[in-house]
Amino acid sequence: MKASEAVRDDIKTIATAADKKSTKTHPRISGDFLFRNLSAAVAMLVAITLLGILIALWREGWDALHHFGWKFLVTTTWNPVSEQFGALVFITGTLVSSIIALVIAVPVSFGIALFISEMAPRWLREPVSIAIELLAAIPSIIYGMWGLLVFAPWFANFEPWINSHLGAIPGIGILFQGPPMGIGMLTAGIVLGIMVIPFIAAIMRDVFIITPAPLKESAYAMGATTWEVARKIILPYTRTAVTGGIFLGLGRALGETMAITFIIGNANNLSASLLMPGSSIASVIANEFTEATTPLYKSALLALGLILFVITFVVLVLAKLLLLRLDRMEGRQA
Amino acid sequence: MISRYQRRKLINRANLTMAVLTTAFGVFWLLWILWTTLHYGASAVNWALFTQDTPPPGSGGGGLRNAFVGSLILLGLAVTIGAPVGILAGTWLAEFAARRKLGAIVRFLNDILLSAPSIVIGLFAYAIIVDPLGHFSAFAGGVALALILIPVIVRTTDEMLRLVPGALREAAIALGTPYWKLVTRITWRASASGILTGVLLGIARISGETAPLLFTALNNQYSSVSLNRPIANLPVVIFQFAMSPYTHWQRMAWAGAFVAVVFILLLNILARLIVRRHSGGI
Repeated sequence: MKASEAVRDDIKTIATAADKKSTKTHPRISGDFLFRNLSAAVAMLVAITLLGILIALWREGWDALHHFGWKFLVTTTWNPVSEQFGALVFITGTLVSSIIALVIAVPVSFGIALFISEMAPRWLREPVSIAIELLAAIPSIIYGMWGLLVFAPWFANFEPWINSHLGAIPGIGILFQGPPMGIGMLTAGIVLGIMVIPFIAAIMRDVFIITPAPLKESAYAMGATTWEVARKIILPYTRTAVTGGIFLGLGRALGETMAITFIIGNANNLSASLLMPGSSIASVIANEFTEATTPLYKSALLALGLILFVITFVVLVLAKLLLLRLDRMEGRQA
Repeated sequence: MISRYQRRKLINRANLTMAVLTTAFGVFWLLWILWTTLHYGASAVNWALFTQDTPPPGSGGGGLRNAFVGSLILLGLAVTIGAPVGILAGTWLAEFAARRKLGAIVRFLNDILLSAPSIVIGLFAYAIIVDPLGHFSAFAGGVALALILIPVIVRTTDEMLRLVPGALREAAIALGTPYWKLVTRITWRASASGILTGVLLGIARISGETAPLLFTALNNQYSSVSLNRPIANLPVVIFQFAMSPYTHWQRMAWAGAFVAVVFILLLNILARLIVRRHSGGI
C-alpha cells in the first residue's frame, strides 16, 4: 500500500520534471497562440468601439445634459449668445426629413427591386444594378452641391404649384404653404430619399432574388400575374428582410450630414410648413461646431451627437435583427 | 364592365409600368448628378488646379493642390491604420470564431458600426484625440477615416475568407501546418483579390467623407504635410468653396467635385474588374 503510494509520488515528480523540461526546451510562445490572440484582441477592439463612442459622447455632452436636464430634449430655444440650448427643433428636423425620404425611397426601391429581380431581361439586370449602386458611391457632399446649386432652383419652380394645390387641402394644407425658395425641409427630404434608394433597393433586390423559385413558379403555374406573384408570394416571404432594409435606409437618412447641411436652410426654429427652412441634428453640428467657442455650447453640440447616435443605434439594431430573421429562415449563417 | 381576368391583367400592367418608371426615376438622378458634375466640373479643371494652392477669398487664380495632397495623406493614414486592423479582425471572425456566439456578436456590432453615421464617428475622434490634445490635426482626421474604413474591411475579409473551401484548410492541417501559417499562406492568398476589393471599396467610401473631417483635420489654407497640424483636404475645401458667395470659388468646388467623383468611380470600376477576373478562381 505504502510502497505503491511512494511509486506514484515518484512518477509524479518525474512527470513534473519532464513537464518543466519540455517548457524549458520550448520557451517561445507558439505562432498559433500569438496569431489567434492578436486577431482576437483586434476584433474585440472593433467590437467595443461602439461602446467607446457612447462613453466618449456621453462624457463630452455631460455638461449640457447636466445643465439643462430633460429640458434639453423638449425645448426649442437654441441661442448660443444667451447659452440656452434645446434640441427639439433638430430632433424634429431629423425625423421629418427622414420620413419624407422614406416616403419617396420605399416605393421607388420596391419598383427597382421588382424590375431587376422579376422583369428585366438578363442583359439589363447588371447595368441597372450597377447604376443604382453607383448612386450610393457618390459622396454626400456632391449631392449637397448639386442639391443647392442645381436641384433647389429647379424645384423652386414647382413650389408655387405645391402652394396653390397641396396647400389648399384642409388639414394637411399647412404643411405645404410657404415661400417658394427651393431650399427647405421638403427639398432636403427629397434629396435624402434619392440618397437612400440604393441602400433599400439593394437589400430588396437581394432578398427578392433568393425567394425560392418553386414558390414563384407554383404561383405562375396557377395563372398568377407577375404583380400578383410579387404582391402575394415574394413580399410575404421577404417581409421581415424588406422591413429590415427600410430600417437600414432610415438609419442612413437619420445620420446623413453634408447633403442636408447644404439644402435644409439651417433655420433654428420650428415651422409647420415643409417648404420652410429647418435644421437637423447633423446639419447643426456640421454648421456650428467650429464656431462653438464656449464649453457649454460645444458640449451641447456633442450632446446632440449623442442623441443622434442613440437614435440611429436603435434603428440599426432593429434593422439587423429583422434582416437576420430571413437569413436564419434560409439556413444561412448570421 | 370588364371581366375579373381583364382587371387582373390591367392591374398587373399598371404596376409593372410603375416598376419600370421607378427604375428610370432612380437611374435619372444618377445621370443628372453625373452630368452636372461633368458639366460644371470638367470645364473648370486646368493645370493650375493641381499645381497651385487654394487662393485667398475673393482673389482669382489658384488651385487645389494642398487639398489634393492633404486628402491623399489622410487616405494613406486611414489605410495604414485601418487595413491591418480590419483584415486581422475579419480573419478572427472567419477563421477562429465562425461558429462561436462571440463571433456572431462581434459581427453584429461591426455591421452596426458599418452603418453608423460618419458625423458621429467624427465627433468620437474629436473626443478621443482633438479634445485631449487641444488642437485639430491631420492625425485625428486619419483616425476618423480609419474608423469608417475598418468595418468595411472587416466585413469583406470575413465574407471572402468564409468562401475559401474547407477542403483547402483540411489538406493543410493534414500536412501538419500550424494554423497561423495556414491562414497567412493559404486562406489569405486564396482570398487576396476579395480582400483587396474590400479595401478599394472602403477607400472609395472614405474619400468623399466630409463631416468627420470638420471636427478633426479641419482645413488649412496653406500647404502643410504635418500630421500634427490641421490639414487641407478636398471634401472640406469643396464644402467651404461651394457654400461661399464667390463664383470663382464655386467653380473650383465643382472642379474638385469632378476629380473626386472620377476618382471614386474609377475605384469602384477597378474593384468590380478584380472581382470579375477572380470570381472563377476559388
